[in-house]
Amino acid sequence: MESASVSQHLIEVIYLIASILFILSLKWMSSPATARRGVLAGEIGMVLAIAGTLLHHGIVDYKWIAIALVLGTVIGIPLGKVQMTAVPQRTALSHAFGALCVTLVGTAEFYLRSPDVPKFMMAVLSMEVILGSLTFTGSLMAAGKLQEVLPQRPITYKGQNFVNLSLLAASVVVAAYLVAHPGARQLFPLIVGIPLAFGVFMVIPIGGADMPTVISLLNSYAGLSAAAMGFVLNSKLLIIAGALDGSSGFILSVIMSKAMNRSFTNVLFGAFGQVQTSAAAEQEAKTVRSASAEEAASILAAANKVVIVPGYGMAVAQAQHKVRELYDALTKRGVDVKFAIHPVAGRMPGHMNVLLAEADIPYDRLLDMDEINGDFPQTDVALIIGANDVTNPAARTETSSPIYGMPILDVDKSRTVMVIKRGMSPGFAGIDNPLYYFDKTLMLFGDAKGFVGNIVRELSGAGGH
Amino acid sequence: MSGSLLDSLFIFMLAGFIGFDVIRKISPLLHTPLMSLTNALDAIAVVGAIVLAGEGKSTLAVILGTIAIVSATSNIVGGFIITDRMLRMFKSSRPGKA
Repeated sequence: MESASVSQHLIEVIYLIASILFILSLKWMSSPATARRGVLAGEIGMVLAIAGTLLHHGIVDYKWIAIALVLGTVIGIPLGKVQMTAVPQRTALSHAFGALCVTLVGTAEFYLRSPDVPKFMMAVLSMEVILGSLTFTGSLMAAGKLQEVLPQRPITYKGQNFVNLSLLAASVVVAAYLVAHPGARQLFPLIVGIPLAFGVFMVIPIGGADMPTVISLLNSYAGLSAAAMGFVLNSKLLIIAGALDGSSGFILSVIMSKAMNRSFTNVLFGAFGQVQTSAAAEQEAKTVRSASAEEAASILAAANKVVIVPGYGMAVAQAQHKVRELYDALTKRGVDVKFAIHPVAGRMPGHMNVLLAEADIPYDRLLDMDEINGDFPQTDVALIIGANDVTNPAARTETSSPIYGMPILDVDKSRTVMVIKRGMSPGFAGIDNPLYYFDKTLMLFGDAKGFVGNIVRELSGAGGH
Repeated sequence: MSGSLLDSLFIFMLAGFIGFDVIRKISPLLHTPLMSLTNALDAIAVVGAIVLAGEGKSTLAVILGTIAIVSATSNIVGGFIITDRMLRMFKSSRPGKA
């Protein structure tokens, strides 16, 4: 008895230290200079917490724990070594794994404790399991869309929102019944099964460009379900970790939806994405100016300040390394090159920064929308690579546009705009971009990787002194 | 029970405030590694799964607990590895600053 309570106290102290390390870990993430120290703090905290848990006096058999820890490590290592372009789907997949863990533990706890479950306990347990299950299937769907095993475009049908809300309401009703009658064990599978279905239906109508918001939202749900699990198990460490993760996901969701000028409900229930044929037809009469790689190279070489605007198209074309060569070639000529990163460029928060950092572009050249927008009037050339809607000036002026009010990068204020694009097809929202018809805009038609490569060749070869 | 419940709510509230304050200060530059890091930290749920799998109170608990440990551990290992890989790539153009 005595040794059991001593080890319980020791475990609590270890958990306290782990909590401190987790908070420090996030605090050190605030700057690239200290961020790796943050990872180390997180790792130490995690190892301590797991080691402490193994001292738990109730544990009688270590066989399955050992097998599972080894198996998880074996699966985890390749998941940590995926290509940088696959990071969005890997992140979605890890939300699914986290949610799976929470759901399974919640389910096991219910069957161990039922019918002896206090009302409040049953309420948080239901929350844990409902959030966990819908995050599990929702994240798997998101990962499937990002990996392109599932269609990326939104799938909508009549009465979709009604179906979704009914599923959610049904699981809440069952949960409420279980709170009143925790002995109704046969009903428990419903608060796992219905949210599992809801998770699938929730992500079906969401298009690729809304992924940053959805991934952040799922991140938040995963955190909240873990915090709920902490309430059930009375584990302070778990409550703290879940609250940190939940608030992180929530803040990112707010930033993402603000950057698209949309509310959460609009992202989740307002799938837009059908091409607006009328607007496109109207624009057909307008003409665009196109240019060759040679012309583009000579304009860039003559510039003092160049801002490159990358988008998801750059990631798709794997053009980041060619972009780095362009950056080098221009910098060598004394051109000041910066990168303008829109918060929702790419498929998850910060996606573009990671790809450009991978290509060895110094991070102090990567500027957030708010930091760079003031620079465009003094910019000679804004070079847009695979971005569209985030540069659309219609968002500022056209009240009828679906993206009206969305904050954009003010590329149209720079002296010359160049757009590398495969063709004239509109972006995800199916909205035509008036920027392409401006006199100062040059369209560079072609594959992002190939075209940037051609510009680099022109700059280093023919254009040399 | 209600005493510990109230304690839990206090902790949740305080941790939520800390989370909001700390995370708001994180540069958009690092939002992707932030998400993979919080994901790894969130997998601390493994502690609940370890107890389930080790206590052996029921076969169901051992099975579910074991699967839960596998999925959480893969998040811990994979999450920390990829976060560190990403952060190593972020370099400043000013020498001397990591």
